Amino acid sequence: MVNVESWRKGEPRLSLPSKDMMAAIAATRFGLGARPGEIDAARSDPQGFLTAQIRRDGADKPQDDGEDAATRFAWMRDYQEQRKMERQQKDGAGSATPNPALKDAQRALRDKIDGDFLARARLGANTPAAFRERWALFWANHFTVSSTKQLTSVLIGPFEREAIRPYAFDRFENLLVASSTHPAMLTYLDQAQSIGPDSRAAGNAARRQKSKVGLNENLAREILELHTVGVDAGYKQADVTEFARALTGFSVGRDNEDRAGQFVFRDNAHEPGARTILGRRYGEQDIQQGLSVLKDLAADRRTARHCCAKIARHFVSDTPSPALTARLEKRWMDTGGDLAQVAKALVESPEAWDPTPAKFKTPYEFTLSTWRLIGAEPSAIERLAPILTGLGQKPFSAPSPKGWAEDAQTWASPDGLVKRMQWAQGMAAAVADTTDPNALAVSALGQRLTPPVAKAVSRAETRREAFALLVMSPEFQRR
Amino acid sequence: MTAQMNRRSLLGLASGLGISISFLGTQAFAASEGDLARKKLVVVICRGGMDGLSVSPPVGDADYAALRGSIALKPDQVLKLDDTFGLHPELETVHALALKGEARIAPAIASPDRARSHFEAQDVLETGASGVYGAETGWLNRTLEALAPVRKVEGLSVGATAPLILRGKVQAASWSPGKGVDETARLPTLLQDLYKTDPLLGPAFARGLETETMAQQAMTAMAATPAMNVAAASTPSMGAPASMSPTMANDRQNRAGGEAARKLGSTLGGFMIQPGGPQIAAISLDGFDTHAGQLGQIATRLSYMDAVLDGLHTGLGAEWKNTVVIAVTEFGRTARVNGTGGTDHGTASTGLILGGALKRGGIVGDWPTLKQSALFENRDTAPTLDMRGLFKGVLADHIGVDRTALETKVFPDSAAAKPVTGLV
Repeated sequence: MVNVESWRKGEPRLSLPSKDMMAAIAATRFGLGARPGEIDAARSDPQGFLTAQIRRDGADKPQDDGEDAATRFAWMRDYQEQRKMERQQKDGAGSATPNPALKDAQRALRDKIDGDFLARARLGANTPAAFRERWALFWANHFTVSSTKQLTSVLIGPFEREAIRPYAFDRFENLLVASSTHPAMLTYLDQAQSIGPDSRAAGNAARRQKSKVGLNENLAREILELHTVGVDAGYKQADVTEFARALTGFSVGRDNEDRAGQFVFRDNAHEPGARTILGRRYGEQDIQQGLSVLKDLAADRRTARHCCAKIARHFVSDTPSPALTARLEKRWMDTGGDLAQVAKALVESPEAWDPTPAKFKTPYEFTLSTWRLIGAEPSAIERLAPILTGLGQKPFSAPSPKGWAEDAQTWASPDGLVKRMQWAQGMAAAVADTTDPNALAVSALGQRLTPPVAKAVSRAETRREAFALLVMSPEFQRR
Repeated sequence: MTAQMNRRSLLGLASGLGISISFLGTQAFAASEGDLARKKLVVVICRGGMDGLSVSPPVGDADYAALRGSIALKPDQVLKLDDTFGLHPELETVHALALKGEARIAPAIASPDRARSHFEAQDVLETGASGVYGAETGWLNRTLEALAPVRKVEGLSVGATAPLILRGKVQAASWSPGKGVDETARLPTLLQDLYKTDPLLGPAFARGLETETMAQQAMTAMAATPAMNVAAASTPSMGAPASMSPTMANDRQNRAGGEAARKLGSTLGGFMIQPGGPQIAAISLDGFDTHAGQLGQIATRLSYMDAVLDGLHTGLGAEWKNTVVIAVTEFGRTARVNGTGGTDHGTASTGLILGGALKRGGIVGDWPTLKQSALFENRDTAPTLDMRGLFKGVLADHIGVDRTALETKVFPDSAAAKPVTGLV
């Protein structure tokens, strides 16, 4: 292996591996697994291959003709309204005949969710810019919205298209504001109904003796804990509550309003007065108050530290070197949270090119990389959803606002490995008979192909066995 | 079916897969089993911050109705336990067991963490440490480690991913419903060879195959036992999740979810009564983060939990008398209803302690009441019982974990949490 010295002046003299090894790492660690020919394409300039994927106007959007959030919101509200009426009628008449139109509506909505997920997976399976896609997926997981709420479930696709992908290489502040004001987030974390206890809306409600009116602190807490400064930043319960008050008014337009299903600021629901959050005073009025808090949180060094540690853990290692995290953090702070620059710093960091693969692929990464291996894409949601669910990563259903776990301990479970093997066997039965397994192994892993794996593949009894061995090899399951 | 036959057919299956069966520890087949080797412990982790005031509504507490407002349950809606407490109407199984003295509540239990962050609090619950980042392994795993010099005890988590509570030095099994391993294929053996030097994949894969072997056997055995009525569990669909999301749920799906939950519980029970099966198990249920519209959500979640417990009770059969089940959550929720018909992150919650091994008795720990002066930070149910004390008491009295190991290895820095004794 030819070692190339790190080329940036003033940085620790870490050696980079050979160009061949770097090409394999570019496609597997930074990307979503090599498609046929991808490692060759990266060989002449592996770092340039990745930096060329960084694009100011954001990550690609899946080709699925998906509707915008407002349209989806309207459809779901229609469905919920019909179902409510149906229930009331049933209660009256005692009839149990299911309404076919309602069932159709429900199926149509579920098809939309499936369609969003499949379109994303197809993009991931086909894209020649898999680093760009991974970067977008990272932020989608950072700003998790999950289908644990019915209304949110149809908005996840639109959320990724409207709030994440366009801003993935923008300034972090813009990404934070876009996600914090998107209907998907506002419904998922219960912000849409949060009302200042001393606001005009609360006063009106009290006069009409409606009880369900007041503050909800969910979004405020998760922005602090998960999206920005992080749980160890030293904020107090009072900071959470004050931030929740600052965010009152951030809501979604109702069915009968002009901006139905879109972000609205309800000034009559906003808690009047100045707020103090993390030691800073916010005297602004209305929407400006919440936006000012978001701006300060985005600029906070603790946010840089929290996010950069996550980036390093996501792309490089469950326990990344402090030097790598510090390098990313410095670039973040130097550029005011310019995510394109942070992505570039990651690619330029010698620590990220350590040939020993430290990350175990999540189920989504594992299955997509298998499709990429054969230059194909999942043809139907039924080919994809059952295995992801079986491996514990049900589509669009992260178990909490923290998003999916990313560590090897979580995913390399006894049950998980057995289920990966079963799926690999099924995949092999479907696709392996027409492939040359030895060539496939080289094209999938390049310089990362180790003699034991090459030997196991070449000695297999059948093409199917060889394919399953390759996919299940430690080298393929790691990145 | 005798233990001998079980063992022979298991061995046959295992050799077909080319695996060694360390899972089937010899102690299970010894002529005389120690009593302790029969004892079983199941920990149910309710994720999301389960609202204790919904699980066991203190309808007799003078302040309950006013604090809870629109989400308060009426005394005639709850399943009565005593003059103060009832159980949520969906917890029918728990209530039936409670009437027999086989279920009790700990109404103000909490971990030592006070941050009200799900993720920190779950870490603390699962590591058994006194604070966040205090340990990297789970306390159930360290229990297996502490028992190892005395007897080999198997641990199992239900679900596709490995929960922190069972992570650590001892390789624990994990299992979720699937389609079964083709025992004629060479692949498992070839992969074991390929993973030989891999410290993560090698042991995990071996354990996965062993568990799969046991699963096939357990299900065959259960299918042959009509009284258990879980024949359908022998053909579970691929990827039935260990937890259910209420997405797009309608009543019919809720019932189907209940059926799946019951099967999941009974399958776990079936595992635990197999010779050499796991003595210690963990299962996660999520979806308890009820910030808005709590009434319906919590009913769905508790109905699911009740069905899992019902299935577990059935699946364990006669071994229920040797079992303790503990259901806990990372933290409770605010005592007051919030502005959106839900509750926000709080502190103490209700723990459920169930099992045929349990002694009859009242609530576990003290009830601090919901008087404004008694609330924690004028907001949450105040903690009166450190959940580590409950865990320690059960591990010592029920599983026979050595007290010194308990205080130094399993729950270091827990001197302040006195073991709750006299439960079994």
